[in-house]
Amino acid sequence: MSADDDVVLEMTGIRKVFPGVVALDGVDLWLRAGEVHALMGENGAGKSTLIKVLTGVYDIDGGDVRLAGQPVRFGGPLAAQQAGISTVYQEVNLCANLSVAENILLGREPRRLGKIRWGAMRRRARELLAGLDLDLDVTAPLSTYSLAIQQMVAIARAVDIDAKVLILDEPTSSLDASEVQRLFEVMRRLKNQGVAIVFVSHFLDQVYQVADRMTVLRNGTLVGEFRTAELPPMRLVAAMIGKELATLEDLEKQPTGRVQKAEPLLEAEDLGRQGGIEPFTLSIHAGEIVGLAGLLGSGRTELARLLFGADRADAGRLKVDGKNAVFRTPRAAMSRGIAFSSENRRTEGVVGDLSVRDNVILALQASRGWMRPVSRRRADELADQYIKALQIRPADPDRLVKDLSGGNQQKVLLARWLITQPRLFIVDEPTRGIDVGAKAEIQRLIAELADGGMAVLFVSAELEEVLRLSHKIEILRERRLVEELENTDAVDATRIMQTIAGEQAS
Amino acid sequence: MTTDTTAPDQTPSSIIGRPKRQRWQPDRQHVPVIATLTLLAFMYGIGVVNYEGFDDIQVVLNIFVDGAFLLVVAVGMTFVILTGGIDLSVGAVIALTTTLGATLLHAGWPAGVVLPLLLLLGTTLGLAMGAVIHYFEVEPFIATLAGMFLARGLALLINRNSIPIDNGFWVSVAQERIRFDKGVFISSSVVIALLVVLVAAIVLAWTRFGRCVYAIGGNADSALLMGLPVARTRVAVYGISGFCAALGGVLYSFYTLSGYSLHAQGLELDAIAAVVIGGVLLAGGSGYLFGTVLGVLVLGLIQTIITFQGTLSSWWTRIVVGVLLFAFIVLQRVVAGKRSVQR
Amino acid sequence: MTFHKHHLFWPFAVFVLLLVLNIFFSNNFFSITVHDGHLYGSLIDIARRAAPLILVGVGMTLVIATGGIDLSVGSVMAVSGALSCLLIGDLGDPDGVAGVLGAIAVALLLCLGLGVWNGFLVSVIGIQPIVATLILMVAGRGLAQLITGGQILNVTSAPYRVIGAGYFLALPVSVLIAVAVAIVAGLLTRRTALGLLLQSVGGSPAASRLAGIQARGLTWLVYVIAAVCAGIAGLIYSSNVASADSNAAGNLIELDAILAVVIGGTALTGGRFSLSGTVLGAVLIETLNVTILSVGIPVEATLLFKAVVVVVLCLGQSPAFRERVLRRRTPVVATKEVAA
Repeated sequence: MSADDDVVLEMTGIRKVFPGVVALDGVDLWLRAGEVHALMGENGAGKSTLIKVLTGVYDIDGGDVRLAGQPVRFGGPLAAQQAGISTVYQEVNLCANLSVAENILLGREPRRLGKIRWGAMRRRARELLAGLDLDLDVTAPLSTYSLAIQQMVAIARAVDIDAKVLILDEPTSSLDASEVQRLFEVMRRLKNQGVAIVFVSHFLDQVYQVADRMTVLRNGTLVGEFRTAELPPMRLVAAMIGKELATLEDLEKQPTGRVQKAEPLLEAEDLGRQGGIEPFTLSIHAGEIVGLAGLLGSGRTELARLLFGADRADAGRLKVDGKNAVFRTPRAAMSRGIAFSSENRRTEGVVGDLSVRDNVILALQASRGWMRPVSRRRADELADQYIKALQIRPADPDRLVKDLSGGNQQKVLLARWLITQPRLFIVDEPTRGIDVGAKAEIQRLIAELADGGMAVLFVSAELEEVLRLSHKIEILRERRLVEELENTDAVDATRIMQTIAGEQAS
Repeated sequence: MTTDTTAPDQTPSSIIGRPKRQRWQPDRQHVPVIATLTLLAFMYGIGVVNYEGFDDIQVVLNIFVDGAFLLVVAVGMTFVILTGGIDLSVGAVIALTTTLGATLLHAGWPAGVVLPLLLLLGTTLGLAMGAVIHYFEVEPFIATLAGMFLARGLALLINRNSIPIDNGFWVSVAQERIRFDKGVFISSSVVIALLVVLVAAIVLAWTRFGRCVYAIGGNADSALLMGLPVARTRVAVYGISGFCAALGGVLYSFYTLSGYSLHAQGLELDAIAAVVIGGVLLAGGSGYLFGTVLGVLVLGLIQTIITFQGTLSSWWTRIVVGVLLFAFIVLQRVVAGKRSVQR
Repeated sequence: MTFHKHHLFWPFAVFVLLLVLNIFFSNNFFSITVHDGHLYGSLIDIARRAAPLILVGVGMTLVIATGGIDLSVGSVMAVSGALSCLLIGDLGDPDGVAGVLGAIAVALLLCLGLGVWNGFLVSVIGIQPIVATLILMVAGRGLAQLITGGQILNVTSAPYRVIGAGYFLALPVSVLIAVAVAIVAGLLTRRTALGLLLQSVGGSPAASRLAGIQARGLTWLVYVIAAVCAGIAGLIYSSNVASADSNAAGNLIELDAILAVVIGGTALTGGRFSLSGTVLGAVLIETLNVTILSVGIPVEATLLFKAVVVVVLCLGQSPAFRERVLRRRTPVVATKEVAA
């Protein structure tokens, strides 16, 4: 294993310490030319840290990095890029205020006498995007495009760099199925050209589809390196989480028992917002989980935001308990017992500079106003209770939320809303980008809440998840609500995909 | 685990290949500049209608003559603000430049030595502040505030009093006029200022460095991860601002033919106001140098109108400047800001 | 080691250093004498001088916590002093307590109005705070000069003089006022949820909105508080010099106040804030001013000296500086430079 001739990059015994935390300890990673290498592990396993070491963002405290046999130490991202290591990060790391063309070619602009040749630059950008089957207005600011497009632009940028090693850190988390396939084609092409590709993804099926080998990390240590073909998914998951999980089997269960359809808790009649979502009609009952399915950009999030008053509707009516309701602000929706956890947990969810305790009581405090504070004792009780109930780690209410992993931040966000005891909980992508174990916990939590009588609007890009949890599925396409399905045994992913994709062809 | 059950060809690429824009509108980034331009024309119109002799071309040229040093300083400030920073030291650097320049010239140093020395001093101070801001992560507001204290303090230490300049070169440049017609002229400072504007505009729009300035203003973390020379660029913009402030100080000393440690008090506010009125986002990443030129003209035009009015006491100037500043800002908000508020 | 990491360690260290420095240059620096039932001494003097800065700093801290800034505080000080002096001058009996109180109330009411104006621009119209308050910073001094007719208004009013130069229970009234305001602000933020909500709004406006926090009212409120604090500071200043000087009152105090806030460990980007830190910062700045005098550094060098202290303090507080220089981790620096 260690004696391969075509090893491009060799990392051995990598150690990285942050104040109070050993993020990586004795981790090895071998990358070979012409291979896709998956880097696997739960949140907090050290994948992101390892990648940042590899790309020169972090300096290491121990270990060895060799590029083509030569020891190297990168002083920064630029040095790494110049050495042929190119990266697409999980969060789109581009400059939204600049044009698409600039984002692709910034730092490598075609120039004459030091002057940027804008025409040549636009042409080159279009060529690169064409390689990904994209046809964009490359002069438009990146901010005018959706997250998925931005991700593809980031990939176009990475591909253009003459890369020996291409790192794709969760590149698919905001892409839909066809975009993923397109990305995989590009990956295979690059692989055949001899590029070593590091692929990080939480979607196991994608990993199995594209990866040749995988390195598994757990708690900052190396579990091992495996050939994909020799490691079945169940053993991979066991390696990642370090135990055989009963929860994984729970995952496969359909919700039992159907909801008593009394008066709906919430009804939307032709509710809509221009440029966001076409008018739609929808009702949600107490104890019911309504799943929202659709491709990215189909209007899932926009619909959810309207129901919470995060955006203002400009058409239609909304009724809560049969009475008209107008939500001009999130606060108005909260006062009617509605809660909303945003898909962008970093920017629209938790407040990173506040402690876990403060984050957890934030919504409750907001609804009480600043003059009626939640007492310190009550806040402590609530924080302890939910840290325990949702297994938030580390179990320290004083820890700043920005220091928590994504999955734990999500749990903090859920806790914040559960404390307000909502009657309708709108959860937008609560499981995106978090590890298998936390994912299962959150899914089970949602099912339990509905059993307890809470209504849930569950938004997710993962059809399996929607199918598993929902009583009723609403399918969106191109900013319209196109179909409502009772989630009977006859309904499966293929059926939904047909609705999502079938009509698109017309 | 079957998210990809659809065949890829079933999804036409056009659905993701379409930007979010719905209908045609002027490029969002141009709107503030257009608004400023319109208001500038409107104000000029008011001046022409109400005051005799306002339509004289020299009135406009005088705005350039009186505002040349501010224009140069505002150019430097534009670079800094585009990266999302701020430079409070510019007024103090002008004071230091004029005081030191006047002192050295008075001591008999040749202009050919003093001039480059002053520019070098300003640039060095700027680079030092930039280094502190970038490498030690001190807030620009605070680091340049320290720079302001330092420059003003040095100026006071050199000489508390106003020093006249009688150096031959200085006087001749100061009195040089480029005449187009009888009574129609500009000073050499205007030529220098316009040259600075031209070079800066080219740098911002056409060079790798210029685009990196915008990238840092848009998202400095991304810029770093994209492998851009963030450190070099961020330090350099403060160097540029320092250079521009020093050059502005030289032009100021042409204008007043004196060096004084209390020169250009509060000039940093004028420069910031001009940049902001010109539509450059204080958060960085958006705006044009042309807007800054317009901003300087707006401030100059306000002064000119008040001078033409003639009956206003000095404190009215401040109030009117404040009110007009308010009007400009709100108008820009109404015209350009609606979408960005809600987002 | 943990003490070393406390966010007020560096400002406190510099403060102690300055005090120690003073001992060498003025022998009876720490001596506090009682004279006519009033306390006198260098320390009392520092406290008196720091009072307006503490007041302005407290308001500024709250504004900065929301991610804003208030450049207009100096102008508001000038307006407040100008109006109170004008009204007291117009009183039939300038020594009547009721009349003076009335004048003060009217002046503070005007400041409150100015705060409402600032808050309106920022929270309702949505103008960037630095720009919005720049308007009043420019226009406010004009307004103050308009009130005084461009003159320096002198007042002789015993009750008014008490605010800035009087004593109560042997302590300077101005210091008592500043301390009282700081305590009230501390209680207001700690005992209510104001502090938490301000930190949330400053730390992440988008997340706060979706958590149901209505930032508009909070933001508006802090600008009003800042203006009223500045107004009180303006009264103290003008009472102390027994006149209203529209140019000198609160000149450049916005910079000192912001400096005090930053020295106190509150980041200009908003979020977590420390009122006690700001008070320490304000006292530190005034100690510095006094030290410069007592050490015998020429007045011209005051600014220079201030610059040095600002640099030392900011570098001391900068984690990046500590990491790079104090711990001497040369490889990082070296490779960075190669990369650049």
